[in-house]
Amino acid sequence: MTLIHLAILLPVIAAVLIGTLYRYYRRIHLGWFVLPVPLLIVIYLFTLIPRVMNGQVIHETMQFMPRIGMNFDVYIDGLGLLFAILISGIGALVVLYSIGYLSEKENLGNFYVFLLMFMTAMLGIVLNDNVIMLYLFWELTSISSFLLIAFWSTRDRSLYGALKSMIITMFGGFLMLGGFITLYLITGTFSIRGMIEALPQIQESPLAPFAIVLILFGAFTKSAQFPFYIWLPDAMEAPTPVSAYLHSATMVKAGIYLVARFTPLFAFSNLWVWTILIVGLFTMAWASFNAIKKDDLKAILAFSTVSQLGLIMSLLGLGALSLATGANDELFTVAVVAAVFHTINHATFKGALFMITGIVDHETGTRSMKRLGGLLTIMPVSFTLTVITALSMAGLPPFNGFLTKELFLEAMITVLEADFGAMASVDFLIPLVAVVGSIFTFIYSILIVYGIFLGKRTHDTPKEPHESPVLMLISPAILSLLVIVFGLFPNMLSATIIDPAAMGIMDSAEPLGTHLAMWHGFANPALWATVAVVIIGSVMFYFRDRWMFIYNYHKEAFTLNYLYDQGLLYSRIGSQKITDGYMTGYLRNYLVYIFGFFIVMGIITLMNSGFNMDFSGFAPVGIQEVIISLIILIATAVILITRSRMVSIIMLGSIGFSMALFFVFFRAPDLALTQLAIETVTTALFLVCFYHLPKKSRHEERMRFKFTNFIVSAGVGILVILFGISAFSGRVFEPISEFHIENVYELAAGGNMVNVILVDFRGFDTLFETLVFGIAGIGIYTLMKLKLTRKDEDNEEHSEESRV
Amino acid sequence: MNTFLDVVIIFSVIVLAFAMLGMVYRMLKGPTLHDKLVALDAFGVLLMAMIALTAMMLGTTHLLVVVLLIGILAFIATIAFAKFLEKGVIIQYDRNSDE
Repeated sequence: MTLIHLAILLPVIAAVLIGTLYRYYRRIHLGWFVLPVPLLIVIYLFTLIPRVMNGQVIHETMQFMPRIGMNFDVYIDGLGLLFAILISGIGALVVLYSIGYLSEKENLGNFYVFLLMFMTAMLGIVLNDNVIMLYLFWELTSISSFLLIAFWSTRDRSLYGALKSMIITMFGGFLMLGGFITLYLITGTFSIRGMIEALPQIQESPLAPFAIVLILFGAFTKSAQFPFYIWLPDAMEAPTPVSAYLHSATMVKAGIYLVARFTPLFAFSNLWVWTILIVGLFTMAWASFNAIKKDDLKAILAFSTVSQLGLIMSLLGLGALSLATGANDELFTVAVVAAVFHTINHATFKGALFMITGIVDHETGTRSMKRLGGLLTIMPVSFTLTVITALSMAGLPPFNGFLTKELFLEAMITVLEADFGAMASVDFLIPLVAVVGSIFTFIYSILIVYGIFLGKRTHDTPKEPHESPVLMLISPAILSLLVIVFGLFPNMLSATIIDPAAMGIMDSAEPLGTHLAMWHGFANPALWATVAVVIIGSVMFYFRDRWMFIYNYHKEAFTLNYLYDQGLLYSRIGSQKITDGYMTGYLRNYLVYIFGFFIVMGIITLMNSGFNMDFSGFAPVGIQEVIISLIILIATAVILITRSRMVSIIMLGSIGFSMALFFVFFRAPDLALTQLAIETVTTALFLVCFYHLPKKSRHEERMRFKFTNFIVSAGVGILVILFGISAFSGRVFEPISEFHIENVYELAAGGNMVNVILVDFRGFDTLFETLVFGIAGIGIYTLMKLKLTRKDEDNEEHSEESRV
Repeated sequence: MNTFLDVVIIFSVIVLAFAMLGMVYRMLKGPTLHDKLVALDAFGVLLMAMIALTAMMLGTTHLLVVVLLIGILAFIATIAFAKFLEKGVIIQYDRNSDE
C-alpha cells in the first residue's frame, strides 16, 4: 500500500465520508466537500510527471489475492498518467460545474457518491498492470455509470438509457474478461508487463486471434464504436455533468486506453490492426453523418463523441499498422502521437461543449435546436466558449483540434504508401472516408454554434434566457482556455505528456522528440485536405436545406437502435416461448424428460464403457422362485391393464407380499418381517386414499396407451436390467461381508448379523432413518392439523388457491 | 435330512402352490368383494404354511417369526375389511369432526 494506491482509492474513501456527511449536514452544497478530492489527486499526479517524462515507469505492488495472481499492481507510464490526469483534472472541473448545475433539492449524496466511485474505477483502470484487477475496475465503471445515468430514476428514458448502457458495456466487459483469461492461458501471467515480455508465445499461439477479438469487444462496447455506439446517445438522459465527464472525457476513453495499452501486444496481428482501423474510421464517418439530423443538443454531442472516438481508434489502428507491416516508422509515430494528442483535445473541447449545453439547458429550459436561436447577445460568454470549442472540434486553426485533425488527415493520406497487399485496390477509401467524416464533423460543429446563438431569435423557450452564473462558467472557461493554449503552444505538452504516452503505446524506451506545429508548409497534403473540408463543409452548410432530405430515407427501422429494441423484445418473447414449451406444469412431462435423459445417458455409458455380460457367477434358479416371479409379472401386468383402481391396489399389495416371499427364499427373515408389516400398512393407506377420492372424478377407466410413455418405460426397464447384469458380471472385489461374518460376535456380541450391522457397525444410517420417520410423522400430523384457511367465506376459494 | 422328508415337503409345496393359484383365481374372479376377501384370508393361511415348509426345507428356525407375523396380519386385515364392508369405515372415531 503506497501513496499511489491511496490516490486511486481516495475517491471511494471520500465517498463513504461524504455519504455520511450528507446525512447530517446540508447547509453548504455537498460539491464543495467533493472538490478537494480530484484536486488532490491531480496535484499528486502532476508531481509524477518529471519521473515519467524520461521513459521511467513507476511500478508498485500491493498483494490482493496472490494465490490466483490477482494483485493490485500499479503501473504508471506516460499513457496511464495521461489518462489519470485527464480523469482527475476533468473530474475536478466537473465537480465544480456540478455545484452550479445541481440544485440542493436533488439527491446530492447519491450523485457525488456515484461520481467518486466512478473516479476510483477509472483511475484503477488506467493505472493498473493486472488485467483481472483492471476488469474489476472496468465493471465498476459500468456499474457507477449505470447509477449515474439513472440518477433521475423516476424518468422512463433514464432507466431505459441506463439499462441499455449496462447491457451493452457489461456484455463487452464479460467478453473482455474472456480475452484476458485467454491471454493468461497463453502466457501464464495476468500482468500486462509480463504478457509483453511473453510476446513470442502470443505470436505463436493459435488462441491469439480469439483473445484479440474478445478484448476488442470490450474496447468497442466501452468506447461506443460501431455497432455498439447505440448506448451512448441514450446515456444522455444523465445529468449534464455526468455526460460531460463520463460520456465525453473519461469512461468512453477506457476502450481507447485498452486498445492503446494492448497495442504492443497485438500489433503483430493483421486482425487487430485492420479491425481497429476500419471500425474506427467507419464509426467516425457514420456517427458524424448521423449527428447532423439530431435536434437535441446532447444527442448531437453524443454522436460527435462517438465520431471522435472512432477517429482516435482509427489512429491507433494506423499506429499499429506500421508495426505490423513494417512500414515507415514516421507514420507510426505520427498516428500514435495524433491519437494521444486528440485524446487530450477531445477531452477538453467536448467536456466544455457538454458543460455549455448544460448551461443553455439550465438557462433556457430546452435543449432542442428547433426552439433555440439568436442567443448571441443574451449569452455572450457562453457564445465565446462555444465558438472556441466547436471550432476546435471542427478542426480549425488556431485551436488544438486543428493540430490533431491535420495529423489525422496526414496519417490517413500517408497510409496509402503502406503495403496493402491484396487490398491495394480499395486503399483510396481510407483517406476518402476520413475526409468525408471530417466534412460532416465540420458541418455539425458549425450547426451547434449557428443553431444556438445565431440566426433568428426564437421566443418559445420555456424559460426567459439569460447568462448563466459565474460558477457554472468557470469550468468550461478553463477548458476553453486549455483549448487555445494547447493549440498555440502544443510543444508544452509534447515532451511532458504526449511523448511518454506514445512511448507507452509503442513500448519503446527512447524519447520521441515530437515537434508539433501549426504550419507544415504548402507541401503537406493534410493542409489541402483541411482546406477542402472547410470549403465543402461551408458550402454544404449553406445549402443544407437542399440536401437534408436524404435523412428522411434513413428510417428508424434501419437503425441499430431498432435492432437492439427488437432483439431485446424477441429474446424475451423467445425465451418465454421456450420456457412455456418445456415447462408445461405437468409432472408427467418432467418425468418423461428425466427418464429420457436417463435413457440417453445410459445408452451412451453402455456404448462407451462396454457392456459386460458374464453368466458364470449366477446361482441356479429354483422352481419356487420362478413361480413367485410369475406371480409378480402377472400382478404387474394386471396393474397396467386393469380398469379398477381397487384391483391395482390389491395387485400392488400382492407384489409386496411376493417380495416378502422372495426374502424368505433368499434367507432374509428380518427383511421379510419388515416387508410384510410395511406392505400391509402401505396397502391400507392406499385403500384409505382410494376411499377418499372425490365422487365426481371417481369414474374408472383403463390407462390409455401412449407410445412415448411406452418407449420410455421400456427403455428404462431394459437399461436397468442391463446395468444390473453388467454390474454383477463385472464384480471385481470380494464383498466386505466376510468381516461382518467373522466379527459379529467377537466385536459386537450379537448373533443377528443384520441387526448388528443396523445398530452397531453402521448405526449412523439407522439413526438418520429414524429421523426420517420422525420427520414424516410430524409432516403428516402438520398437514392434517394445520389449516390456515381464512375464516371469511368470500376469500375461501382464493386462499385455497394460494395454499396450493 | 432324509429323502422321504424331502419328497413330502416338495409334494406339499406343489400342492400348496396349486391351492394358492386357486385362491388367486378366486381373488381375481370372485363375483363379490366378499369372495375376494375370503380368498385373500385363505391365501394368507396358505402363505403361512408355505413359509413353514420353506423353513423346514432350508433347515432354519428363523423364519417361524415370519409365519406368526403373517398370521397376525392376515387376521387384522380380514377384520379390518370386514368392518369396512359392514360400516363403511374402519376407525370410527373421526378426529376432524367438531362434534
